[in-house]
Amino acid sequence: MKDKEHIRFLQGNEACVEGALYAGIDFFAGYPITPSTEIMEHLASRLPQKGGKFIQMEDEIASMGAIIGASLTGKKVMTATSGPGFSLKQEALGYACMAEIPCVIANVQRGGPSTGNPTHVSQGDVNQAKWGTHGDHAIIALTASNHQDVFNITVEAFNMAETYRTPVIILLDEVIGHMREKLVIPEPGEITVVERLRTSVQKGVDYHPYLPREDGRLPMSDFGGEHRYNVTGLFHDMWGFPNNNPKVVSELLRHLMEKIETNVNNINMYKEYWLEDAEYILVSYGSSARSAIHLARNRRARGFKIGVLELQTLWPFPADMVREKCAGAKAIVVVEMNMGQVVTQVKNAVDHPNKVFLANRVDGELISPSNIKTLLRMIQGKGV
Amino acid sequence: MTKPAFNFKDYIRPRFFPHLWCPGCGHGIVLGSLLRAVHELGLDKNEIVITSGIGCSSRISGYVDFHSLHTIHGRALTFATGVKLSKPNLKAIVPMGDGDALAIGGNHFIHAARRNIDITAIVMNNRIYGMTGGQFSPLSGSGKKATTAPYSTIDRNFDVVELAKSAGATFVARSTVYHANECKDFLKQAISHKGFSVVEILTQCPTYYGRKNKEGDAIQMMEGYKTNTAKIGSKRLESNPHLIQRGIFVEDTTVPEYCEAYDKIIETAMKGKA
Repeated sequence: MKDKEHIRFLQGNEACVEGALYAGIDFFAGYPITPSTEIMEHLASRLPQKGGKFIQMEDEIASMGAIIGASLTGKKVMTATSGPGFSLKQEALGYACMAEIPCVIANVQRGGPSTGNPTHVSQGDVNQAKWGTHGDHAIIALTASNHQDVFNITVEAFNMAETYRTPVIILLDEVIGHMREKLVIPEPGEITVVERLRTSVQKGVDYHPYLPREDGRLPMSDFGGEHRYNVTGLFHDMWGFPNNNPKVVSELLRHLMEKIETNVNNINMYKEYWLEDAEYILVSYGSSARSAIHLARNRRARGFKIGVLELQTLWPFPADMVREKCAGAKAIVVVEMNMGQVVTQVKNAVDHPNKVFLANRVDGELISPSNIKTLLRMIQGKGV
Repeated sequence: MTKPAFNFKDYIRPRFFPHLWCPGCGHGIVLGSLLRAVHELGLDKNEIVITSGIGCSSRISGYVDFHSLHTIHGRALTFATGVKLSKPNLKAIVPMGDGDALAIGGNHFIHAARRNIDITAIVMNNRIYGMTGGQFSPLSGSGKKATTAPYSTIDRNFDVVELAKSAGATFVARSTVYHANECKDFLKQAISHKGFSVVEILTQCPTYYGRKNKEGDAIQMMEGYKTNTAKIGSKRLESNPHLIQRGIFVEDTTVPEYCEAYDKIIETAMKGKA
């Protein structure tokens, strides 16, 4: 039986904080922005209670810089933001990709572009999470539709950041961030927590910070430790020294892509509802998935063969899994609150892209089950 | 026990050399002064993190055998803030160019000063963007020539010392590469100072600033630092008050250092929980 400490009624942003604490966050730097501010507010009070560090920086860019610096001293780090702030962080985010620095960035999505619709929901930053920073690069982005899952993906975000030495983006949305519901906080050990992999190379032996082990992982050495090495955003060799030799450049870029893309199956997290015999499949994620699941449950009760594929890993996009799950469907409806970002990925993934439809809403209101139902009826030729 | 004599090779990464600075550039003298300062302070190389941004001056971080973090343009102080706050026993040194520190990085500069976080910021002021080929910087001042000011600049310049003072830096000094020993001494004091310290070092760029503004070669520019500057409190300055002032302008040990102040927050927070 869980006690009061472990059963909580809270906002999604707080569930994210609880997940970060469970994962062992040591350091947070941030800048206030709606609708993510509660993440930094709660960490401002919680982190020093466990001896961690919190700092409110002068801007979004500074926050991103500070967490990268802190990560290099061996700490688990995070920042949180929303659309405009996420735009500002992109250059430093690319630096973390290039220098392979573990860090977690929560983006609680609001309406955009620009200042947009700050207090309303949107899922418009899916493509930005992948392509926001310049140059070819791979990224991991996770999302969730309820607070238990927000907790879980936050722990996984920290785990993946350490495992793959990469920035990991948590893509929440305003509804999830601000909605209140139950969270059961797991006991320590119930969910695996991945710790920083540190080098076993001894003092006095040449340490290569950018030479992967056989399993592809790059053991780190904390700043302040015995190994002094260089970290740069320039293309670099295995010592971290700048190098623009074509072979070095090509190999590093391919390494940065492949370390993520060859692990799509390990990174992929998803949930499925009533897919076994589904003729109609709703593909959704985040708060939109709540409406998709609600509609499917009601339709199922009337004998309608409909299921839901809820994506939790958006990047790298799990194309093979989506193709397999959707193989037998008469129609696939992607439910999202943007002009069609994941739907493009789904069309690329499936065998029959002409069976893929978009059910969206972009007016700042949560897409409702009846919004989705309207489109479904049209697909079925039943009219509105 | 006597300290071993200073040897450059104990502090540099030979793999990185030759350096990329032009012949006659003053930055090498800044590097020399910094390494001598570290040597004379007897610091362990493992306790120093040197963090830089982008530009000619920022390449200094790769040349030295400390923990080195070569970051993005203008943001070095933010990365260093993360390093320092998460591991306060480390010495954080941040060399920056004038554009890096005060154009794109101006906001971070004043906020790091306001926090009084224990970081040593070195502004290597050559009054020009060198790496991109000679554009004017916020320290060029008006009436100067640059590739982006072919008819002369109309922008006024910041005074680094006044800016640092008013933003709350608790150690502020200015020297020039002509005065290499003075540079070393100021750097020693800045690194030892507990709080945000700023050392502005005037350093010549004969390749772009010198040529564009007809200030002569490196030697002539360095002589200019001798003739156009004077130590604060000196008779020379008294009789020539228009000269550029060198010296230590602020040394305030009464302001709490940021990381130490945060340790007190941790103490309070932990008590509150118990």
